[in-house]
Amino acid sequence: MKVAVTVNGTKQEHEVEPRTLLVHYLREVVGLTGTNIGCDTSSCGACTVLLDGQSVKSCTVLAVQADGAEITTIEGLASDGQLHPMQEAFRQHHGLQCGYCTPGMVMAAVSLLDENPAPTEAEVREGLEGNLCRCTGYHNIVKAVLAAAEGAAS
Amino acid sequence: MTATETPAATTVLGSRLLRKEDPALLTGEGRYVDDLVVPGALWLGLVRSTVAHARVSVDVGPALDAPGVVAAFTGDDLLDAWAAPLPCAWPVTEDMKAPEHRPVAAGTACYVGDIVAVVVAESRAAARDAVEAVLVDYDELPAVVDLEEAAEDRVLVHEDLGTNRSYTWELTPDADAVERAFAEAAHTVSERYVQQRLIPAAMEPRGVVVVPAPHGGEYTVYSSTQIPHILKVMLAATTGVPEHKIRVIAPAVGGGFGSKLNVYAEEVLALALARKLGRPVRWTEERSEAAVATIQGRGQIQHIELAADAAGKVTAVRVRLLADLGAYLQLVTPGIPLLGAFLYHGVYDIPAYSFSCTGVFTTKTPTDAYRGAGRPEATYAIERAMDALAVEVGVDPAEIRRRNFIPTDAFPYSSAPGLVFDSGDYEPALARALEMVGYEELRAEQARRRESGSTAHLGVGISFYVEMCGLAPSRVLASLNFGAGGWEAATVRVLPTGMVQVVTGTSPHGQGHETSWSMIVADRLGVDPDHVEVLHSDTDVSPHGLDTYGSRSLAVGGTAVWHACEKVVAKARTIAAHQLEVAEEDLEFSGGQFQVRGSPDRAMPIQAVAFQAFLAHDLPEGMEPGLSAQVVWDPPNFTFPFGAHIAVVEVDEETGRVQLLRYVAVDDCGNQVNPLIVEGQVHGGILQGVAQALWEEAAYDGDGNLRSATLADYLVPSAAEAPSYELDHTVTPSPTNPMGVKGVGEAGTIGAAPAVMNAIVDALSPLGVTDIDMPASPHRVWSAIRAAKEAQQ
Ligand code: FES
Ligand code: FES
Repeated sequence: MKVAVTVNGTKQEHEVEPRTLLVHYLREVVGLTGTNIGCDTSSCGACTVLLDGQSVKSCTVLAVQADGAEITTIEGLASDGQLHPMQEAFRQHHGLQCGYCTPGMVMAAVSLLDENPAPTEAEVREGLEGNLCRCTGYHNIVKAVLAAAEGAAS
Repeated sequence: MTATETPAATTVLGSRLLRKEDPALLTGEGRYVDDLVVPGALWLGLVRSTVAHARVSVDVGPALDAPGVVAAFTGDDLLDAWAAPLPCAWPVTEDMKAPEHRPVAAGTACYVGDIVAVVVAESRAAARDAVEAVLVDYDELPAVVDLEEAAEDRVLVHEDLGTNRSYTWELTPDADAVERAFAEAAHTVSERYVQQRLIPAAMEPRGVVVVPAPHGGEYTVYSSTQIPHILKVMLAATTGVPEHKIRVIAPAVGGGFGSKLNVYAEEVLALALARKLGRPVRWTEERSEAAVATIQGRGQIQHIELAADAAGKVTAVRVRLLADLGAYLQLVTPGIPLLGAFLYHGVYDIPAYSFSCTGVFTTKTPTDAYRGAGRPEATYAIERAMDALAVEVGVDPAEIRRRNFIPTDAFPYSSAPGLVFDSGDYEPALARALEMVGYEELRAEQARRRESGSTAHLGVGISFYVEMCGLAPSRVLASLNFGAGGWEAATVRVLPTGMVQVVTGTSPHGQGHETSWSMIVADRLGVDPDHVEVLHSDTDVSPHGLDTYGSRSLAVGGTAVWHACEKVVAKARTIAAHQLEVAEEDLEFSGGQFQVRGSPDRAMPIQAVAFQAFLAHDLPEGMEPGLSAQVVWDPPNFTFPFGAHIAVVEVDEETGRVQLLRYVAVDDCGNQVNPLIVEGQVHGGILQGVAQALWEEAAYDGDGNLRSATLADYLVPSAAEAPSYELDHTVTPSPTNPMGVKGVGEAGTIGAAPAVMNAIVDALSPLGVTDIDMPASPHRVWSAIRAAKEAQQ
């Protein structure tokens, strides 16, 4: 089946098998491997991308379901060599170690602030519940997201 | 701060420098194994036993007919592919029993997940489909699941071994002293604790790609591993491919926690089949596959007894362990309990010591190193037992610890089991943690609640750990029968333009070595940390190394970098003295400049020296051109970091629900190179320990099926469950290495589980609860409350 999407501002058009998951499409067909796969039960959030501005776990969506959509992956967040404020906040606050959960975590955090620009710590923690990180203990991730919110507000 | 800090030459060391690794990882540029694009690669599919114990007959014929399938093999088909079985590098006793461990089982499957056949196909999907097509006939044998039952040998995992007991390892320096102490004790406690099995669950599943160069006979192996160097040696040993024809690269690796400190069947299979088929071969683990295919951690039953005098001063500790090895011995399976064997006296000055561990086979996934590896288990037992002793003696848990601490003036301290603790100063760390948590107020609040009959029970739990890090002096490893040394290698090269390359034998996977090693070089050579590039995790680039595990990298690998810098400076000094025409003693080196004492205008920056060393136009007679140095550092001793952790919990008597209200940790890892990274290690470590206490368990049913194989069932905590951590530190430098560093990768995990469990038991002590098995799920807690109440009636 044919799928036509815009990924990080670039139009893409491919023939895919109907069973192809969006995450496999992005990684193997479009060639954007920043989006990671951490599980097979839609539990980890490593595969989180923005689909028409909303965060989704791209392992739960078929590529063909995304037909016509605008997709943003971690590769599309920085612009002109400048980290996105959320990426910068993760860096400033040491919100990553091995980096495997990071693309998904950052995308989920971007979408969280989109919906709730001034979250409390508890709201950040609840909002990131679907994204697992085994390295950081979340402390610095939460700090980074709160700092990004504050930075955007000021 | 409790001790003098070694002065750093610059302000780089000890600063919160942002990590060099981050920009790539934050933008999706990090390349993990599954991200690699390899044209023409074949995919492996592993057919795994769905039965814990069975004689199997396998028919791969139907898979061969499936679309896209190139080959399929049973264990028997591959017998001639192996020069040796999968390795266990730690035969802990002379008479240790070890089953032959083939990458593909032939004849009998011994756990759910044991590989019984392998298919090779043109795509990932075709390999997955072909796995389904293989016919496996199971002639079931009884499963051996329960550890204590397995030790009784009624049903054997490996018929040919004649027993499930692989080994018994003992450490009792003076048996009479132990007997006497127990005979004369005013107080004794005797406790039994269960260390449940855990799934390491690094977020990146494992993966391997082997690219052959058929005409040259070389193989490049990309693996999601912590140990590219060790893996290379072991791949040569298992497959017979000559070692110099193997290059192992660990690209970006998404966490390990010990689970990637191994040599796995899939790695040797990928190499053997790439050789057989002459094409690239690859495999990426799926998460629910990982639950059974990757090693698990812990899995012990611990009996610990303490003897104490009337004041609660402990006079002897006696420990008996059963360790669940699983069905086979992986790389260091039998040695894991031994990494804790010397630490069951904890931070306490206990003169009589007896330890014994029996390793037992069960029909389950093999166990091996998981964050802390033996030391969390030891700390858990002694720290829970100290709380039991405090109750027995009738003193506060903080006080019982103070009465028993190894005194500060006793360091270097020779412990009863035979180690020399490098340095320690325990009282201040405990005092600081108590102060931070507001211990007195919490005890008052607890008393108020108890008086009021509240069912929301408040509990405070202390744990004070010491660990041995900086693995390891090679001679000590020899005395433990370990199959390798403990040194680490580093090369520092100042390039002609003054930029610096560091080659390290450590293999980071989240620890930030590129940043920390750059800081060490910046400090020693007086260069900008951004002018330093750290090369690692590729055996052709970094031929010497023993990799990353056991909180060894900074204390051993970082120290090697430090010494290499010193050698570079020494050579540079000779060159600078020659060119400036002064004696070496007349040169001062600071801020990257060789300065002639007393002549402020006569100086030579190290970059200029490097260029002169490259030109070689005017070097001292007989000197080799170039400015670089290699060092292999074998540490004289382990390092012994320590810390005080305090958990505050609220337990709901009605539901059994535990809420972790606060978590305070005061750690001492000696001097800190980068506190930002240290804190991150502590945070993540604590959560893994808390998770053992509260949520995680690789639970098996009676037939040996893993009931928690997916991330939907195995409760890796999210941000919503995680506490926020209140940290501080003390600094007691290690005299073992010039930077005075100790290591911190496992500290949090070691301290956390006993702190949380002591807090829960403390909360429920008025109800008569004295122990709860981990994880303390609401149901378990509720059942313990009910049982205690019934017992009191
Ligand atoms: S890969 Fe785990 S949720 Fe998508
Ligand atoms: S940084 Fe390693 S899993 Fe989050």
